Amino acid sequence: MRYRLAILTTRAVNATSRRLGRGQGTVAGGRSGLRIDPQLLERLTVGRQVALVTGTNGKTTTTRLLAVALGADGTRVVSNETGSNMPPGHVAALAGDRTAPRVVLEVDEIYLPRVLAATKPATVVLLNLSRDQLDRTNEVRMVAGNWRAALAAAPHVTVVANADDPLVVWAAGAAAHVCWVAAGLAWQLDAVGCPSCGGRIAFAADGSWACVTGCGFARPQPVATLRATDHGTTYHGLWADGRAHQITLALPGRFNHANALMAAVAAETQGIDAADGLAAMATIGEVAGRFTRREVGGVPTRLMLAKNPAGWSELLELVEGDGGPIVVSINARTADGADPSWLWDVPFERLASRIVVATGDRCRDLSVRLHYAGVAHVMETDPIAAVRTAHANHVAAGGAVDDRVDVIGNYTAFDELLGAGADAGAGADAGAGADGTDATTDAASVDV
Amino acid sequence: MSAPLRVAIVYPDLLGTYGDGGNGLILARRAEWRGVDVELVQAASDVALPEADIYCVGGGEDGPQVRAARSLIDDGTLARRAAAGAVVLAVCAGYQIVGTSFPGADGSPHEGVALLDIVTTKGLGARAVGEVVAETEAGTPYTLPTLTGFENHGGQTRLGGSGTVPLAHVTHGVGNGDGSGTEGAVHGRVLGTYLHGPVLARNPALADLVLGWALDDDGAWSSPLDDSAANALREERLAATMGTVRRRRRLGRHR
Repeated sequence: MRYRLAILTTRAVNATSRRLGRGQGTVAGGRSGLRIDPQLLERLTVGRQVALVTGTNGKTTTTRLLAVALGADGTRVVSNETGSNMPPGHVAALAGDRTAPRVVLEVDEIYLPRVLAATKPATVVLLNLSRDQLDRTNEVRMVAGNWRAALAAAPHVTVVANADDPLVVWAAGAAAHVCWVAAGLAWQLDAVGCPSCGGRIAFAADGSWACVTGCGFARPQPVATLRATDHGTTYHGLWADGRAHQITLALPGRFNHANALMAAVAAETQGIDAADGLAAMATIGEVAGRFTRREVGGVPTRLMLAKNPAGWSELLELVEGDGGPIVVSINARTADGADPSWLWDVPFERLASRIVVATGDRCRDLSVRLHYAGVAHVMETDPIAAVRTAHANHVAAGGAVDDRVDVIGNYTAFDELLGAGADAGAGADAGAGADGTDATTDAASVDV
Repeated sequence: MSAPLRVAIVYPDLLGTYGDGGNGLILARRAEWRGVDVELVQAASDVALPEADIYCVGGGEDGPQVRAARSLIDDGTLARRAAAGAVVLAVCAGYQIVGTSFPGADGSPHEGVALLDIVTTKGLGARAVGEVVAETEAGTPYTLPTLTGFENHGGQTRLGGSGTVPLAHVTHGVGNGDGSGTEGAVHGRVLGTYLHGPVLARNPALADLVLGWALDDDGAWSSPLDDSAANALREERLAATMGTVRRRRRLGRHR
C-alpha cells in the first residue's frame, strides 16, 4: 500500500515538475517517494539484475555505455541516465520503468555503501578514486575504506575494478569476486601512500605498481588491459585469455576508451559477449551533453566537463594539440564543492600561448592561478560573454570566423553553458540541459 | 646572491591534497619576477630531503600524514635546516606535522618534527570546513592585511609557551579551534596555518613576508608586483564571507 502510494507520488511529482519546466524533476519526485516509503529503493530493485557504477571520474559515461551494452541481447535496461546519482534519482528512474529486467545505476561515491545494501547488485563497477570536492568527501582514503567495508559485507557481488588504481584495488580487495581491468590511471598523486600499510606505492613506467615498504600489496593480474596504438588514435581491449577487441567509439579521449573497456568487462559478467557490448557502445556520440558541439551566444563551441585535477589533466591533454581559443569556467556551488583550491593541482601551464578567457562565479580564483601559470588571459564574469570574447579575440588575431571555441567547465558551470546552448536552440538537445539541472539539485541535497 | 634561492615543495607525493603545491609556485614566481635567481624543487618522499632556503609543507590525509612525519624525522634535514634559519611554511596537515604531536587516523598521538611548540588533538565536534577570515596581531613583526583562506581539518591545535605565538586571531571560521580564537602559529621563520591550499594566492603580503625572511640579506627583491588579480580575489572572497555572516545574523534576529 505504502509502496504503491510512494511510486504514484514519485511519478506524479516528476510529471508535474517536468510540466513546470523544472528539469526532469527526478530528484523532487524521488525524494517525495522516499519520504513515503523509505524502503522504496529496496522494493524497486527486488528481482532485477542490478549493476552499480561509481568512481571519481567517468561515472555518467560508463553508466551510459554499460546500459547500452547490457541491452545488446535485446533485454530492456533501465538507468538513471540523467546523472542524478543519489537515492532520489535512483528511485525516480526505477519508478519510471518497474519491469525492465536489468538496472544500471550511476552512484555517487559516498552513497555506494547505502545503495549497495539496498539494491543487492550482481555487478559493481569501480572506476577510479581521486581528490574531488574535498569539502564534502573529506578524504579520498575514507571513501575507499567505506567501499571496502561495504563490499566485504556483500559476498554475492562481482566487482569490476580498475587494477591500475591502488585505492580502488584496496577497496575491491575485500570483495569475494573481482574482475580486474587495467584501465590506466592518469592521476597518481592520491595513490602514493599505500592504503594497506601506510607505506609507499611505487609506479613503474608501464603502469604496474607495488608497495615498496614490503606489505605485499601490488597490482593484481588483470583479466583485460587497455592498449593504445598509433599515438592514441586506436584502442584495443586485450583479454588475458588471448582475445583482442578493437574499441571504436564516437566519444574522444583515452579515458572514454578506458570507460568502455570497464563497461565491456562488466557486461560480460552478465552474459553479454564483449564484442557485442562494444559494438553497441560505438553508437553513443555524447553523454549528458559532454563533448557536444553547439552554438553558445552565436559562436560554435565544443562543451566539455572537468571537475577535478584528474579530469582536467585528461582534458587538457585532449585539447593540447588544438591551437584554438578556450574558455575555462569555474563555479564553487554546492555540487562543485565550495573550495576551488584544486585549481592549483591542474596543469593550466599547458594553455600558455592560447587565447584564454576565464569565467564563472570563481573566475577570480582561476585568474590568479593562470597569472602564476604564466597564461595570458582575460576575465569575463558572464559565461556567454566569455565565449563571445574568446571568439572575437581569436578572429582579431587572424583566426577563422567559423573556428570552434573549446569550453571547459566544472559541474554547474558546464550545466549552465549546456542550458545556454539549449536556449539558443542551435541544434541543441534540450533534454540534456535539464538533466544537468537535476544532478545539481540532487548533489545539493547532501549538505543541507 | 651566488646560489639560487631554493624553494622545496615537501613530499608532493604524500602532502598537497588541496593544491598546496601552489604556495611553492607562488613564492618562486614572486622571487623570479623581481629578478631573484630561484629554483623550485619537488622533493619526493622516496629520496633524502634536499637542502633548501624555503620549505613548503602541505596538507594530506591521515595515513600519508603519519608517513610524511616519520620520514621527515628520520631524514633530519628539515629540522636541521630550520635550526640554521631556513624558512618553513606549513599548512593544514603540514602545520600539524611541524608541531610536537598530532593525531593519527584513530586519534592516537604521533610524534611531529617539533619546529613549532604546538600540540594537535582530534577535535570533538564536526570538522572545521569553510572560509576563514583572520587578523594578524598589530605591532608584531608579521602584521599583515586581513588574512583570507579556506580550512578543512578535524584537529584542534593548542600553542605551548616556548616562543611559539599565534599568527592571527579568527574573525570568521575556526582556525586553531582550541577555544583561544587564534589561527596558526609562528616561531622564528617557521609559520604554520590552517588556511590550506594556496593560502599565498589570496594573501600576497604573506607570500612576501615569507620571501623576505629568506632573502633578508638583499633589499632589492621587494619591488612591488602587479597583484591586481589577487586583490580582486581577496575583495570578492572577503565580501562573500562577510555577506554570509550578515545574512546569518539577519536570519537569527527573525527567529
